[in-house]
Amino acid sequence: MNADDIRAMVQPGRVHRDVYISNAVYQLEMRHLFTNAWVFVGHDSQTPNKGDYITTQVGDQPVIMVRHTDGEVKVLYNRCPHKGTKIAIDRAGNTGKFFRCPYHAWSFKTDGCLLAIPLKKGYEGTGLSETQNGKGMQAVGAVHNYRGFVFARLAEDGIGFQDFFGGSLSSIDNMVDRAPAGRVEISGPPLRYMHKCNWKMLVENQTDTCHPMVAHESSAGTAVKIYEQMGNPEPRPPAMQIIAPFMSPYEFFEDMGIRTWPNGHGHTGVNMSIHSKYDAIPGYFEAMVESYGEERAKAILDENRHNTVYFPNIMVKAPLTQLRNFIPLGADRTLVESYVYRLVGAPEQLTAMSAMYNRMINAPTSIVGHDDLEMYERAQEGLHAEGMQWVDIRRLHTGPEDFETEAVENGTTERQMRNQFHAWAKFMTMSMEDAPGVAAE
Amino acid sequence: MSEGNGTMTTRDDVIDFIYAETRMLDEGRYTEWLDLWLPDAVYWMPLDYKQADPVNATSFLYEDNFMLRLRVERLNGERTFSQKPKSRCHHVIQRPFVDLFEPEAGRFQTVTNMHYVETRLDEQQLLALTVTHDLAMVDGAFRIAGKKVELLNCDAAFGNIQLLP
Repeated sequence: MNADDIRAMVQPGRVHRDVYISNAVYQLEMRHLFTNAWVFVGHDSQTPNKGDYITTQVGDQPVIMVRHTDGEVKVLYNRCPHKGTKIAIDRAGNTGKFFRCPYHAWSFKTDGCLLAIPLKKGYEGTGLSETQNGKGMQAVGAVHNYRGFVFARLAEDGIGFQDFFGGSLSSIDNMVDRAPAGRVEISGPPLRYMHKCNWKMLVENQTDTCHPMVAHESSAGTAVKIYEQMGNPEPRPPAMQIIAPFMSPYEFFEDMGIRTWPNGHGHTGVNMSIHSKYDAIPGYFEAMVESYGEERAKAILDENRHNTVYFPNIMVKAPLTQLRNFIPLGADRTLVESYVYRLVGAPEQLTAMSAMYNRMINAPTSIVGHDDLEMYERAQEGLHAEGMQWVDIRRLHTGPEDFETEAVENGTTERQMRNQFHAWAKFMTMSMEDAPGVAAE
Repeated sequence: MSEGNGTMTTRDDVIDFIYAETRMLDEGRYTEWLDLWLPDAVYWMPLDYKQADPVNATSFLYEDNFMLRLRVERLNGERTFSQKPKSRCHHVIQRPFVDLFEPEAGRFQTVTNMHYVETRLDEQQLLALTVTHDLAMVDGAFRIAGKKVELLNCDAAFGNIQLLP
């Protein structure tokens, strides 16, 4: 499969089904797309102290994110340079000043540099020190910590962080600005939800505004019905704030609006969103005014973006301080990790609201999540039908589109999905040999 | 042996209640099951091992009466796609420990180890549970004042868990 084959899978308004079900495409995504793009690793509050680390994946690559002795966060491949043993397998821990492989006790500084090998004279004259293996644990190509959110690019050379994300960083800004102290911290472990479907289905669904009132009628519609039977009591049950807005009519989602940015990023909820009508939490606005002044505080809180997709594989929900990581484990297997963060300096009820949304919507036990997963898994199976080869994403696509400029459109457009596939083809092919004129910078 | 005012309640009565509640879940008698719950009671399934705070960090479930009712009504809905076809479940339970037994105050607490099996289509999953029940004796009948369901492998990744473990 070459660059032309990849490009041929993405056509105006449709994509070939092999982008979801082909193992060969998945392997190419890992070696090209997830190598060339900036991919989310973790939040620096997960490793607050020197020697703190977490283990995770960038695409299919095992990595360790660690706080080095100089206070910086490093991202290293989780592989001993000797025999390949994973250096750490617990999800989080503290390694002190150095890592030590449990197999033969090779040890490394927390930036990966080789520290010591037992019985080292056995390597004299062998040339080990001249090899990559003799240097220590390999670091990824580049790391960027943006307001606490750590991203990595596996490739040594390539697009810069700012060029890659551009204007989309405004959603992370809004999420962090919502903290009176201007920073967020992780709050508890993430939900971990296994999906037997392709990772891109989950990413697309983040800006799919024509499914909530259909797929989630059984949860959101039933909630509205029960509430009416109860005589619409006040205060509303929490589920009515969180789940019921999924039943909003099509017109509501049209009016929400969608914004797309270059390189596959985009968000729903330009004008308002299903998160706009939450009850005010006492003391929060006052704390925000104290930090930012009234005008700025209002501007921050009036921005109620729904889902922001950071291409390739995370979603940020700024008004609820959440991040979902869609980790690709195979063409038909995706692990979804859903995190909530605490707004430092804000009343604790905001954290409770974020955690409540997380469990009601994103959990393996969620009555909303159940129907989403059902749709993805049915699609993963249905796409094997040989009679039809293309998946349609042409809603509100009426002419040529320029994805290299920011755009705002009707909230029910599938433009953001097309934007993602435009970026997909770009970052898939830029490092393929037969791609003309896209050599790394 | 229970005589209405609760003072004749035995430990066996408490234990029988736990078995009966579990049987209702396995047989899908959800309306009857909902009636066991006191209005303010919460069904909590922690996400973190030995989690102390149910609300300021994510839990799998922290269901008030409205959410439990919604969950049960949804199971029977016409457009509940993830329940077409329906899931089935099965509990195997160890004899409950009665850790709090105060018949005069009408308060009881049990801890029960269970194996929970849930199945749908070709999939079947097994979960090991430790379930803590807080019970109250109200008008001569046991009611659930709180239920905590801890998963042994709470830190594992799961597909859908659709019924109530």
